[in-house]
Amino acid sequence: MALLSKKDANLIKDPLADNNPITIQVLGICSALAITAELKASVVMAISVLFVLGVGNVVISLLRNIIPAKIRIIVQLVVVAALVIIVDQVLKAFAYDLSKTLSVFIGLIITNCIIMGRFEAFALGNGPWKSFLDGIGNALGYGVILVIVGFFRELLGSGTLFGMKVLGDPIAKTGLYSIGYENNGFMIIPPAALIVVGIIIWVQRSRNRALIEEA
Amino acid sequence: MLEHLELFFRSIFVDNMVFAVFLGMCSYLAVSKKVSTAVGLGAAVIFVLGVTVPLNWLLDQYLLQEGALVWLGPEYADYDLGFLSFILFIATIATMVQLVEIVVEKFSPSLYNSLGIFLPLIAVNCAILGGSLFMQAREIPNIGLALNYGISSGIGWFLAILAIAAIREKIRYSNVPAPLRGLGITFIITGLMGIGFQSFGGMLTGDNEPPEENQTTTVETKEDKEIKKEIEDKEKAISYNEAINK
Repeated sequence: MALLSKKDANLIKDPLADNNPITIQVLGICSALAITAELKASVVMAISVLFVLGVGNVVISLLRNIIPAKIRIIVQLVVVAALVIIVDQVLKAFAYDLSKTLSVFIGLIITNCIIMGRFEAFALGNGPWKSFLDGIGNALGYGVILVIVGFFRELLGSGTLFGMKVLGDPIAKTGLYSIGYENNGFMIIPPAALIVVGIIIWVQRSRNRALIEEA
Repeated sequence: MLEHLELFFRSIFVDNMVFAVFLGMCSYLAVSKKVSTAVGLGAAVIFVLGVTVPLNWLLDQYLLQEGALVWLGPEYADYDLGFLSFILFIATIATMVQLVEIVVEKFSPSLYNSLGIFLPLIAVNCAILGGSLFMQAREIPNIGLALNYGISSGIGWFLAILAIAAIREKIRYSNVPAPLRGLGITFIITGLMGIGFQSFGGMLTGDNEPPEENQTTTVETKEDKEIKKEIEDKEKAISYNEAINK
């Protein structure tokens, strides 16, 4: 691509796979898992983080020469909190039901370690354009995992995707249900998210053995 | 008294910070390699939650809620500053953590040495902000219960990190498949422990009061059930009508 130099493109590509924020850097798990029981919530959460991280990284990067090192954590928290308030108010105005489902987890984007982590590790030392790409890349890497987990949990747990009954109707016994298929209620409960992420990590690390941890 | 006991057990076991709502997972995974450090961080979390939740309860009650400003005069009764709660809560937490650090360093150097490095970490621990946000979402009625909620959810978090740290110390001697080593197996163990903790869910529902609806997942399944019931009812009504028509 002529638009992005190779180095810049890597800023986006790396976090998607080999340096994924969730499975490799272990950041931002807190607010990620609880809302992945359905795909729609996962997608909205991913978009919210994309917005907050992309814009936040640029703001911090622009301010990086002004912020005194001693109070930088507070400054970062204020920037994130302001952005999250915007997301929260927009969701409340245009998607009230969804904002009820996500409840406190939108607020918890503030303490999402991905955001503070990228501010500290990248935006404080790089220019706005690179920081923007880095923010987008990391948010996408986070979003990809969220969407994968949401996809499997909703498909196996409720037999739906985005609320549409893709496997047939469990009450009327159509589609897959007519041959005796049952929804797996286990996928709906919170601990299933952890196990799904565990399996994603397993798959990823068996494909790329360089990522395996020393015991 | 009874409501205190109920909230206490509910926050520790039923709505466990780690296993039911996944709060504080980052530090839970990062600092659980050794039992001794896990104990330090757990103690710091109990302490900070016990301080910040009641404080944020006061802020919420007298500053943020709709009509909370009425103590300034009747003309302030219409103000609703709820949208400011994120920024105020996180500011309170960051300042309190800083303050607690200074006070502990001054008066108890030994405690400071054991908690020291963990205190700043805690400012961005989701469990702390989550505690305050859940306190607000559940509309906890008085400051005593808020204090109770803060401390008991801290204890729940402490239990969780202590358990996983002990398991991880043992698992070092086991033959885990290479790609699962470290993070992967920790996730799966946490999931299994979470399933175990789900069994506490029935503990407090013996009363005739319905279980609290604050987990998104339980709410969904409930709604699903309601929808199914509605559909069934409609079907019944239709067949009933048909029977009458015949």
